[in-house]
Amino acid sequence: MSGIRVEQVSKNFKDFTAVDDVGFEVKEGELAALLGPSGSGKSTILRIIAGLEKPDRGQIYLTGQDVTTQSARKRNIGFVFQHYALFKHMTAEKNIAFGLEVKKKSKKEIKKKVAELIDLVKLNGYNHHYPTQLSGGQRQRVALARALAPEPRVLLLDEPFGSLDAKVRKNLAQWIRDLHKRIHVTGIFVTHDQDEAMEIADKIILINRGRVEQIGTPQEIYESPHSKFVASFVGNVNVIDSFIEQDSIFINGAAGSIPYHASEGDEESGNAVLLVRPEEVSISRQNCKKGSIEGVITGLYYRGSYYEIHLDVGDNRIKSIVNKDEYLRLQWQEGERVYAYFKYYKVFDASGGFHKVHAMLKQYGYIE
Amino acid sequence: MRLKQTFSSGELTSLYYKHKWISRETMGRWLLVGAVLLWFSLLVLFPLWGIVEETVKKGVTIFISNINTPSSLHAFWLTLVITLFAVVLNTILGTILAVVFARQTFKGKLFMESLIDLPFAVSPVVAGLMFIILFGPNGWIGSWFNAMNIKIIYALPGMMIATLFVTLPFVVREILPVLREFGREQEEAAATLGASRWNTFWRVTLPSIKWGLAYGITLTIARSIGEFGAVLVVSGSIINKTQTATLRIHDQFTDFNYTGAFSAALVLAILSFIILNFIQYLYQKKEVI
Repeated sequence: MSGIRVEQVSKNFKDFTAVDDVGFEVKEGELAALLGPSGSGKSTILRIIAGLEKPDRGQIYLTGQDVTTQSARKRNIGFVFQHYALFKHMTAEKNIAFGLEVKKKSKKEIKKKVAELIDLVKLNGYNHHYPTQLSGGQRQRVALARALAPEPRVLLLDEPFGSLDAKVRKNLAQWIRDLHKRIHVTGIFVTHDQDEAMEIADKIILINRGRVEQIGTPQEIYESPHSKFVASFVGNVNVIDSFIEQDSIFINGAAGSIPYHASEGDEESGNAVLLVRPEEVSISRQNCKKGSIEGVITGLYYRGSYYEIHLDVGDNRIKSIVNKDEYLRLQWQEGERVYAYFKYYKVFDASGGFHKVHAMLKQYGYIE
Repeated sequence: MRLKQTFSSGELTSLYYKHKWISRETMGRWLLVGAVLLWFSLLVLFPLWGIVEETVKKGVTIFISNINTPSSLHAFWLTLVITLFAVVLNTILGTILAVVFARQTFKGKLFMESLIDLPFAVSPVVAGLMFIILFGPNGWIGSWFNAMNIKIIYALPGMMIATLFVTLPFVVREILPVLREFGREQEEAAATLGASRWNTFWRVTLPSIKWGLAYGITLTIARSIGEFGAVLVVSGSIINKTQTATLRIHDQFTDFNYTGAFSAALVLAILSFIILNFIQYLYQKKEVI
């Protein structure tokens, strides 16, 4: 059964198209992430689902019911705002009770439910604290409990961890993941942080410039991105300037080539962009594998749980990730001549010119 | 000849202390505080004391007998009625106006918003004349009321309208910035929790703007009590009929009844003092919350 269905939704603000023909479905009990760079329209989509924003076109269905013309008050949704939007003049307990009080539940019922929720979000002892007396993480949990109190049919979270510091964020993200496993409410959360999306979501809906770029499980999105945008936005990626000639890929300015098997419809030759994740780049001292490319080590960096090696391969600088054991065994040196092999990569046609693609990625901050 | 010596600031302070000099800083502070006190005394304390002294000189019984005349009591009663009317209406209308300005978008909003300050910019006497043109027996609206035998100018309705006009900006101007800063998020949160607009206003919006509103109301009261120019023009200052407290003071003063004038003035001054203290109290509250 479908929890949330969005059909051909569009929304313009004056002459700016914020949401452009967006459609997707979130199954009941699923937790989905709307992932995209800032300004991509993901928050607007969430607000349209909540009824806080009216779409120009399209339909919204919640648990199978068309709610497009319904106001936010009638939709029975739980919404957690980025900056919490707690009622400042009410205690934590009063905040949580609000949704039950306006629904005219009995005092006894409200008391029981609030106690349950306080327990669920682990805020015991903070019942009578005002929002200003709580930390960021605690406020976020009050906001969550408040949204859950009226037993909403869907839970919508707008950048739920956006204003928390890294450590609290990590803990809270994991906690939400566990909480979702327990209460199993259909949910969508908006984020611009791909790690967060990967970590928490059952399904990722990637949004760029108001359009859906790709929908899939975190694994699908990471391992088989449909576009340059998806690949570069989700995870770290090397963007490598290259060209194709017949059955080989050449990296600009580097010796060696990678065999290329053009499938039907692909470009036979011309400029191309190779996208390779750092963990898919292996380095060796011998040219032992077919398709290895010569390069020079320009930097070795300690990154805590792994090492990062930077290579100059022709005109490109490539990052490679090496685990600690291997790094210590092989004792790489700066300036050393090595062979890089791409275990897995994606080729994208760069007919628009590599520099154009590069400039675009840079502009959006996906590469340095 | 002494050598030029340099000291650290700590050494300097101890030197000043040792030789009981007054540092430039301390002197500067005294001068500043003294100047402020003098200025404040000239402008506020002396005139206030003048009123008190003038009244007390004659004795408390004369003060009371001057206040306790039918004309004076009527004047105070009239001021009270007009003030109550202006406060109630402008609180409700001002809140509605501010909410509309803060939450709705429509054509001409900016223009309307700038007009809100008009009563501040226009001299009260000019405002009074405006209402005479509009509501006078031969005015556009006044002639219509005149046909129905309702008197507006030189009567209570005109005085109420004039007071409403001069006090219109207070509530709006006090709560509009608070509403804007408060933003929509909490109201949206209330909506997603199923609260009606009415419920949202009473339970979420109003508690957030209450101090601003209280401040606006207090200013409205103070101005309503003190209004002179506009009310003088539209009321005609008819004794026992359309004479408010401020008009009464003016009337007695021009009749050389100084004791009467000062007695009434003292009552108004005490009232203002209480209101100002209340404003100060609210202002502190507002900053805390």
